[in-house]
Formats: sequence, structure tokens, C-alpha cells
Amino acid sequence: MTERGYAMPMRSQDTGRGAAVRSFLSKSPPAAGRSRLPKVLTGIEGFDLITMGGLPAGRPTLVCGGPGCGKTLFAMTCLVNGASQYGEPGVFMTFEENAEEVAANVASLGFDIAGLVAAKKLAVDYVRVERSEIEESGDYDLEGLFVRLDYAIKSIGAKRVVLDTLEALFSGLGNTAILRAELRRLFAWLKVRGVTAIITGERGDGALTRHGLEEYVSDCVILLDVVAHEQVVTRRLRVVKYRGSAHGTNEYPFLIDDQGISVLPITSAGLGHEIDEGIVSSGVPGLDAMLGHNGFYRGSSVLFSGGAGTGKTTFAGIFADAAARRGERCLYFAFEESPQQIVRNLRSTGIDLQPHIDAGLLRFEASRPSTYGYEMHLARMNRDIDAFDPEVVVVDPLSAFRGTPTEIHNTLMRMVDLLKARGVTALFTRLISTQELHSGTDQGISSLIDIWIVLTDLEIAGERTRGVHLVKARGMNHSSQVRQYQLWDGGIRVIAGAFSGHRKPSAAPVLIASGKPAAKPKKSAKKSRR
Amino acid sequence: MTVPGSGVPNAAPQGPGGPDYVLRLFITGQTPRSTTAIANIRKICDEHLQGRYSLDVVDIYQHPEMAVSAQVIAAPTVVKMLPEPLRRIVGDLSDVDKVLVGLDLRPQKQVPP
Repeated sequence: MTERGYAMPMRSQDTGRGAAVRSFLSKSPPAAGRSRLPKVLTGIEGFDLITMGGLPAGRPTLVCGGPGCGKTLFAMTCLVNGASQYGEPGVFMTFEENAEEVAANVASLGFDIAGLVAAKKLAVDYVRVERSEIEESGDYDLEGLFVRLDYAIKSIGAKRVVLDTLEALFSGLGNTAILRAELRRLFAWLKVRGVTAIITGERGDGALTRHGLEEYVSDCVILLDVVAHEQVVTRRLRVVKYRGSAHGTNEYPFLIDDQGISVLPITSAGLGHEIDEGIVSSGVPGLDAMLGHNGFYRGSSVLFSGGAGTGKTTFAGIFADAAARRGERCLYFAFEESPQQIVRNLRSTGIDLQPHIDAGLLRFEASRPSTYGYEMHLARMNRDIDAFDPEVVVVDPLSAFRGTPTEIHNTLMRMVDLLKARGVTALFTRLISTQELHSGTDQGISSLIDIWIVLTDLEIAGERTRGVHLVKARGMNHSSQVRQYQLWDGGIRVIAGAFSGHRKPSAAPVLIASGKPAAKPKKSAKKSRR
Repeated sequence: MTVPGSGVPNAAPQGPGGPDYVLRLFITGQTPRSTTAIANIRKICDEHLQGRYSLDVVDIYQHPEMAVSAQVIAAPTVVKMLPEPLRRIVGDLSDVDKVLVGLDLRPQKQVPP
């Protein structure tokens, strides 16, 4: 994990942000010489990526999970996307809610069911199964259901079908032997019809579904899950089975909110991202000078760590300001302060972010870290980044996330991956105490970070003095001095030349007299000029 | 679709408003099960509802939209439209007792001695 990205051959072309899915999918369609299972896109962000193209075309897929895990929304999203984006009309056969209820439930996601029905892109049939009305006398079959489904499919030329939730039949009809035989026939019939079907099923005890639907639907099984951990709810999705296709096997966090469903394809990120040799200024000239290339490499991950009141957010705000001034989009994830507060506080250093917000170049996404689990945060960030397509991202602060070091490490790793995959330059801030700085608790994070800048706050002769130094800057011939900096109403001023602190805050030794780094004599004399 | 001869009340309706029992049988074409169901429901009606019923037979292959509007799932299905409450009896109607329970002609909790 230490040499992230740099083992790759350097290419200076634009990485094309938000391109993880696109670039992946552009590679994934049927490779020459290998016939692949035909698939249909669901249009669900991330899901098409982990399944390498979506659901099996013309085959049934089982979506199962406990109550409230999002089965119906998942199925409906596939259907609506199919109808509105991929020219595949769909039938929604519901056994639980009537058509009005279905439409109302998904209206919050922006789905216009009535409009799609009117445009003959969608047909909804509510199958009411009422036990108290039904008496069974002798042999029967479910031909009524087949006829209705066939009728709905023909009426709009449907290519996709959702059956939500078939198991309601078991509560309405008593003869399970007939039901099972008929369900088996139904799935065979669906395959013959060549429709892409999604069958939802309630999760049962020790089985995927209460009535064993997984026995019949064997092509693709997707399990949805809701876990509450310390009052924080995380939704997860897992592809249990996908016959004839490779797929991501992990549990992937997914998100349901007013923008629909998005799945975070964690492991699809890797070290294969393209890299960029362009330079992005930090916005602080003195700091740029320390970095050796007048800024950060574009697409790198930068960490500012330091104690309370060292100006981490100010650095972050100036970085965002500089990006917006260059005409780049910046997405600012604020986990501790409200956007208004950040904007107001930065005004005291002469930085006004408001015009950038108004111009649509800067966007704040503020939330308390405790609002969601890590994975939900990641899924949300992934979605926001896809939507806004920023060149620059700020996460302020990382330390707002509490948890075990492993969890934090994993979260950060995924975050860095998803940003790198898009070629986004990311700036993280992290609050650390002096003890932490010396004990090296940040070491784990260091391996994920390209440029690590430490801000220290020292008391010298009764005065607080702030010092900045670079712990590392991959691929950059950077200064190893501790330099003093000041926050003033014109931003941040880094004073050139090493300053003599009584307590050197890190392992970067400084030879004050010449300004030459003692520890790295091989680095050229160029350094001493800075 | 109404099977010839079955769409009209089998006897003169009692009362001013028409027959007491309005039944609709949904079948699937000419399958043996459909035929059995038609024969069974006629027999039961003639024995128990003489002159008090009307029976429509609908082939859902011909009229799928009627399967939708009548909420038919299984075939064959007899729907008792009137009198209230609405009831559905699914199957080939070979179990006469169950049909009578479904038509509210016999109390549900009758246990043979």
C-alpha cells in the first residue's frame, strides 16, 4: 500500500473525472473471442460496475432482503431507468401495494410513474391477494397471473418485469404444492418470454427467502441488508450469485435518498488509475515554494494535520478559493463546521468563498460524521462527486470520524481510491495532538497520502508561533525545513527560511545556519535557495 | 365472453332487482379443468340456487383485461359478485362443500361428525 499509483507509467493526459464507471464499462463490453452473458444496465450508480454491466438480460434475478431494506425501490429503479433511459418498457406487478401507493412511494425519488404509464413505457398491475375472500375447491393453476402478466407485457412491449413480492401468494393461497409448481413454471415462462425479470423476496430464517424462491431463480441473486451499528444504519448490497458472470463479491454499501439508489463499488477502485503531472497550487505561495513544484501534483492526496487552532481549515479554504479562481470546481465536505461558519471565518483572513458558491464553482456538503456509518458517508461522497464532477475535493476534517484505526484506515483508503480514480486533487485535514504527532499514530494514514503537511503550534518566548513542514511529498523535491507561518487578513504568509523552534516537532531535522537539510544531504543545493 | 346459454339467468329472477346470486366463472380456454369447473358450478347452482342466480363464464385468454379488473390470479375461479361480501372460489370446484362455503350457503366451521 505504500507506493500507490506511482508504479504506473506516467501519462499526462486528462484522467476524465467521474470516469471510473465509464472507463470500466467501455472496457467491459464483450471482449473479442469471448462470448459473454448479455446484460442490461440498471442505471443504478455503482451496481452496473460491480456486476460488470448490470442484470442478466432476458433472465430472472432475485432481489431479497429483510423488511425495509429497499427491495422495492431497487426493483423500481431498474424498471424506471430501463423505461426512461434505455428504451426498455417495464411491467411492475405488485402484490403488496396498489398502483397509487407505489407511485407515491417512489415519487420522492423523482420517478413520475403516472407520466411513464401515460407514455406507455410502464404498466402497473396490482395483484390483490386476500386470504379471507378465497376458498379453494379442487385443482387450480395460476394461469390468471400468467394471463395478466402476458397482457401487461404485450400492452407496452415490455422488456423488463418486476414481481414485487411474489411470496404474497403463499399467504393468500393454501396449496403450496400447486404454488411451487406454478412458480417454477412462471420462471421458466419468463425466460421463454425473454424478459429481464426482477423478483423480490422477503428474507427468511436461515434462507435467502421465506419460501425458498432462490431454488427457482438461479441466474442472479442479490441480497440487500440493513445493519445498525451504534445507532448508525448502513445499507449493504451483495451479489450472492451471478451464473455465467464474474462479479464483485463483497458487501457494498448503498444509499437510498432523494436522489435514488447508489451503490459504492469499493473494490472496483484500485491502483490502476491514470496519473497526472500537472500542478495544482495550494493557494499559499510560501507553501507552494516549499513543495518544489509550486504546488501539488494534480490528482494527489494531501493531508494537513495539526493541533487545534493551527489553521487547517484556513489552508483548506484557501486551497478551495485558489481552485475556484482557476475556474475549477471544488467540492468541500464539511464534517465539523457549517458552510456558513467556514465562509464567515475565512473572511477574517481575507478570503471570500461566497462568490465562488454563487458562481457554482464551490459546493459545500455538510453533515455530521455520526449521521451515517463510514460506508454510507463514502457512498454519499461517491455520489456527490459523480454529480458535481469536481477537480478538487476538500475533506475537513478527517478526524471527525471516530472508530477503530482499521475502520478509519479502510475508509480513508476507499476515499483516496475513489478520488484518485477520478483524478481529483484531494485535501484532507486532520486534528492531531502533539503526543499523537510524536508517537506516530498517523503512520497508517501516511501510506495512503501523497503529500503530508504538518502544522504545529509552539510557544516560544511567551508567544504562539506556528510552524509548517512537510513530512513527505511523493515525487517532489520538497523542502524539509520547518517554516513559520502567520494567518493574517491577507491569507496565510509562510516566512521563508527555517525557523528555530525549541521543540522540533517532527523527525525532519533542520540545519538552521545554512538551511540545508542535514538528514538528506544528497538532495541538491537547489533546496537551500528555498 | 359469455358461453352460449349461460349468460342468461337459468330461471326467472325472484324479486324486483334481478337474481340473488351473481356469479362469474373465469376459465382458460377449453382445458379439461375449465370444462370440469363449468359442469360443477352448473350442477351446484341448479341444486342449491335454483332460479336465484345468474352465471357468466369468461375465458381470460380471450379477455385478459377482465382477469385484471376482477383480480383473478388462479384459474378456474368463480367470483361471487352478489350478494356481498365478494368471494372467490378457486379450483375446478370438485369439492362441493368448499364451494357452498364460498357461496355462503353453508357456514364455514362445519365439521362433519
